[in-house]
Amino acid sequence: MAQTVDVRGLSCPQPVIVVKKAIDKGEFPLTVLLDAMVACENVKRMAESIGYSVSVEEKENEFLLDIKKGTV
Amino acid sequence: MVKKIGRFFASRLGIITVGVIIGLTAAILQKLGNPPNMGVCVACFQRDIAGALGLHRAGVVQYIRPEIIGFVLGSMIAALAFKEFRARAGSAPIVRFMLGLFAMIGALAFLGCPWRAILRLAGGDGNALIGLAGLSLGIFLGVQFLKGGYNLGRSHKTYTLVGLILPAIMVTLLLFLLVKPSFIFFSKKGPGAMHAPLVISLGAALVIGFLAQRSRFCTMGAIRDVVLMGDFHLLSGVIAMVITAFVANLAFGATKFGVVAQPIAHSSHLWNFLGMILSGLAFSLAGGCPGRQLFLAGEGDGDSATFIIGMIVGAAVAHNFTLAGKPDKVVEGVVSTGGITTAGMIAVVVGILFCCSVGFFMRDKMDKGV
Repeated sequence: MAQTVDVRGLSCPQPVIVVKKAIDKGEFPLTVLLDAMVACENVKRMAESIGYSVSVEEKENEFLLDIKKGTV
Repeated sequence: MVKKIGRFFASRLGIITVGVIIGLTAAILQKLGNPPNMGVCVACFQRDIAGALGLHRAGVVQYIRPEIIGFVLGSMIAALAFKEFRARAGSAPIVRFMLGLFAMIGALAFLGCPWRAILRLAGGDGNALIGLAGLSLGIFLGVQFLKGGYNLGRSHKTYTLVGLILPAIMVTLLLFLLVKPSFIFFSKKGPGAMHAPLVISLGAALVIGFLAQRSRFCTMGAIRDVVLMGDFHLLSGVIAMVITAFVANLAFGATKFGVVAQPIAHSSHLWNFLGMILSGLAFSLAGGCPGRQLFLAGEGDGDSATFIIGMIVGAAVAHNFTLAGKPDKVVEGVVSTGGITTAGMIAVVVGILFCCSVGFFMRDKMDKGV
């Protein structure tokens, strides 16, 4: 089942912790909504470091991250 | 091109480069007149600013440090250039204020924030190891609260003006430094009277502020990320800073190995340790070391600005209530160990209790996304 996590407005390292918990739930595809470039980089780095593929879409200063199983 | 630069500083090599530049700059600023092992200490320099404004009257630590001004404005320039300036605020401001206040009390018990702990280590001061151990334990405690669901709540986008307040305060401080009005205090002796030339300090700090905003350099985050996720990215920058500052100090003949009577330091081990536990815990609950808070404030983060004001008030409290550490002294060849007063000890313990209460009671279900 797909899941969406909204981490807008959360300060570091909360976005990473919340997304890690969502990944651990094991429901994919996982969509993450962010509003800070830093959080975006951190979440991407964390997800990729544990073997997930991440695609980023940016619009109007917000970011949509798509996290999928397996590297590209 | 802009994106390319952005990507470089987000990389491992980027953060290491920034660490090298900060370490080297700190050693050079010390060589040019900043106090020993205090090339860039965020807590010490905010304390000096509190003194310059007359918020405390410790005559030896009063100076408007251009490094603090440069950190904020350099970060703001980077954030504007890379379109990352975003005014935001509203995440538990009073808690952030108090965390800043106690972080400062802890740092002044040890006589330095994480930045100075790193520089003290690079200068051969063995007490820094105890300080860094305390800092790590404080951060470890903070991580346990984070894992338990501790959360200060979301910030919200707000009016651009809100994000400009702290940078405007910094510009005002710069004017005070240049004009030297009679109500601003400047130390005649002691660490507050020791400083590198203004233009060099300001220029160097603008560069560091710019680079740190790009690379997200954070001395607390460095340890937190290792404890929380085994991520050594930020730590590699901090290690680069220590090694570079150490090598530069060696080259300048500015190292002094030992534990007793180190420059502007005391060897009261327990309180060095506990002071930094308090600092580490407060920084981790607030989401960034004092440097990172300055860089975030430069990006428009009003909550970080509140934390910084808390630190400046904390410095005033620490000196007015004689909570701050006294350095070791050598009188006619006899060492008298410095340390903190009973009031200082009480304040450190109260601070740790306060932070633990914040960490414990401000928990919420992450799933709710509060």
